[in-house]
Amino acid sequence: MGNKLKNKKKLIENIIHGIFLFLGLITVACVLVITIYLVISGIPAIAQIGLFDFLFGQKWASTAAEPAFGILPFILTSIYGTAGAILIGVPIGFFTAVYLAKMASPKTKVIIQSAVSLLAGIPSVVYGLVGMLVLVPAIRITFDIPDGASLLAAIIVLAIMILPSIIKVSLTALEAVPKEYEDASLALGATPEETYFKVSVPAAKSGIAAAVVLGVGRAIGEAMAVMMVSGNVPNMPELFQSVRFLTTAVASEMSYSSGLQRQALFSIALVLFLFIMMINACLNFFLKRSK
Amino acid sequence: MLQKKLSLKRRIYVGTMRTLMFFSVGLTCALVLFLICFCLWRGLPNITWKLLSTKPSYLTESIGILPDILNTLYIVIATLFFVLPLGVGAAIYLTEYAQNKRLVGIIEYASETLSGIPSIIYGLVGMLFFCQFLNMQTSLLAGSFTLVIMNLPTIMRTTQESLKTVPQSYREGAFGLGAGKWRVIRTVVLPGCVDGIITGCILSVGRILGESAALLFTAGFAHALNGFFDGLGSAGATLTVALYVYAKEQGEFEVAFAIAALLMLLTLLINLAADFIGRMFKKRRNA
Repeated sequence: MGNKLKNKKKLIENIIHGIFLFLGLITVACVLVITIYLVISGIPAIAQIGLFDFLFGQKWASTAAEPAFGILPFILTSIYGTAGAILIGVPIGFFTAVYLAKMASPKTKVIIQSAVSLLAGIPSVVYGLVGMLVLVPAIRITFDIPDGASLLAAIIVLAIMILPSIIKVSLTALEAVPKEYEDASLALGATPEETYFKVSVPAAKSGIAAAVVLGVGRAIGEAMAVMMVSGNVPNMPELFQSVRFLTTAVASEMSYSSGLQRQALFSIALVLFLFIMMINACLNFFLKRSK
Repeated sequence: MLQKKLSLKRRIYVGTMRTLMFFSVGLTCALVLFLICFCLWRGLPNITWKLLSTKPSYLTESIGILPDILNTLYIVIATLFFVLPLGVGAAIYLTEYAQNKRLVGIIEYASETLSGIPSIIYGLVGMLFFCQFLNMQTSLLAGSFTLVIMNLPTIMRTTQESLKTVPQSYREGAFGLGAGKWRVIRTVVLPGCVDGIITGCILSVGRILGESAALLFTAGFAHALNGFFDGLGSAGATLTVALYVYAKEQGEFEVAFAIAALLMLLTLLINLAADFIGRMFKKRRNA
């Protein structure tokens, strides 16, 4: 009798173990499903257009009588846009993080940190809206060009949007620097500022690199805000021209696309996905090293 | 006194670094202040009771955002309903059951990958998988399933972090009294990680409120007024998607700013709630 009860109990425990194992594997299943779906739906168009023509074709005219599906403009725009955002956003985020980690009084730190997490919480369409009505006209007037919706506007919006990730991750890395390093440097006669930038920052460099890579990932994947300020014309990237990113190329034509055009959009998503996977691998590398 | 002994080169270095730091911090704070004030200043005057309590009508040519508010609410509820058991379960598996280090590594890598994938790709795959393959059409339910996958890593991470703070001795004590594993989890482990689950919920609500790219093709942009279950089955725009449509496609900037102000207030509220809850649980744990 007692044995039977024990067996029943063991069975229940095993079933519950199985259920939890299943729940644990769901994330893996999701990643697999996403990868498989993107590959399956992205390959046909590439096969039909030809990999070289697709990746390095300079003209995108998906709805023309003789359609052309070259996504080089999108790839370059995404790369330039991300690089620009990193160039502006990283220094600002980096210096803010150093200030917060080393110089700010506890009270200031709390206030600024909540401001930064607010910045992270603002929906991307709100950035897009403000960019559309403040930044775009400002660029138009400042540089005296017919339309302010340009790569520059997208770069500035992206730079602001990646600030929170850069600040947060660098801050964590800087705070983890052992205090002895800094004490030693101060005792040798270095000023506090020299200590922060010549001792603490090099000690936290893997974490700061991870912050930059995370920023790259955020910038390259952003769609809505960029769509609202970049003008969305498939030009080769130029600072003052209306451009289209990889993300916005997918988003802007999806609702009315069909046939090869639709399949080409899936292929663009596949290219974007490959970029993101590479960035993720870099991120993991730096995060592991900083631990 | 000490400062005077520094060479000119070092003084310039110190001065430059200081200026750069203050400039960056000032710029960051100014940006946050500007964004909040600008949205509230342009949006608050446009928030009227009529806007909040009606649906858009072609007859009277008026715009109301009640359907969008309700759709957002439905999506938040549906997403949390599905993501909580999945995320908490996965976290429990990782911290309580899993013994195979490689399997844990794979699951954690998968969850990191998920959190790095851009929302537009979620939208695309959600459309292919939920709307077309599972034949759910463009509906709020398809949208919230897509968001479930997006928010899974968040819930998993916060739950896992708080599970790690449940002392090992609690578990050992319960085992020693003869409880089975499941009973220990139910009565000792789960109550200990409530704070992580709540934090995860708040973070997820924030993400769901702000999400637009993933919902554009999965939940659509209709403005129909529906009850909860009818609403889940039909297409509908959330506040962010409605903002996008009003601003980009219809040029209704007043409505767009009203929604932006509303979203800004909600974001503020969520951040305050997250801060408050975090502090409350910290205090309780230390007490």
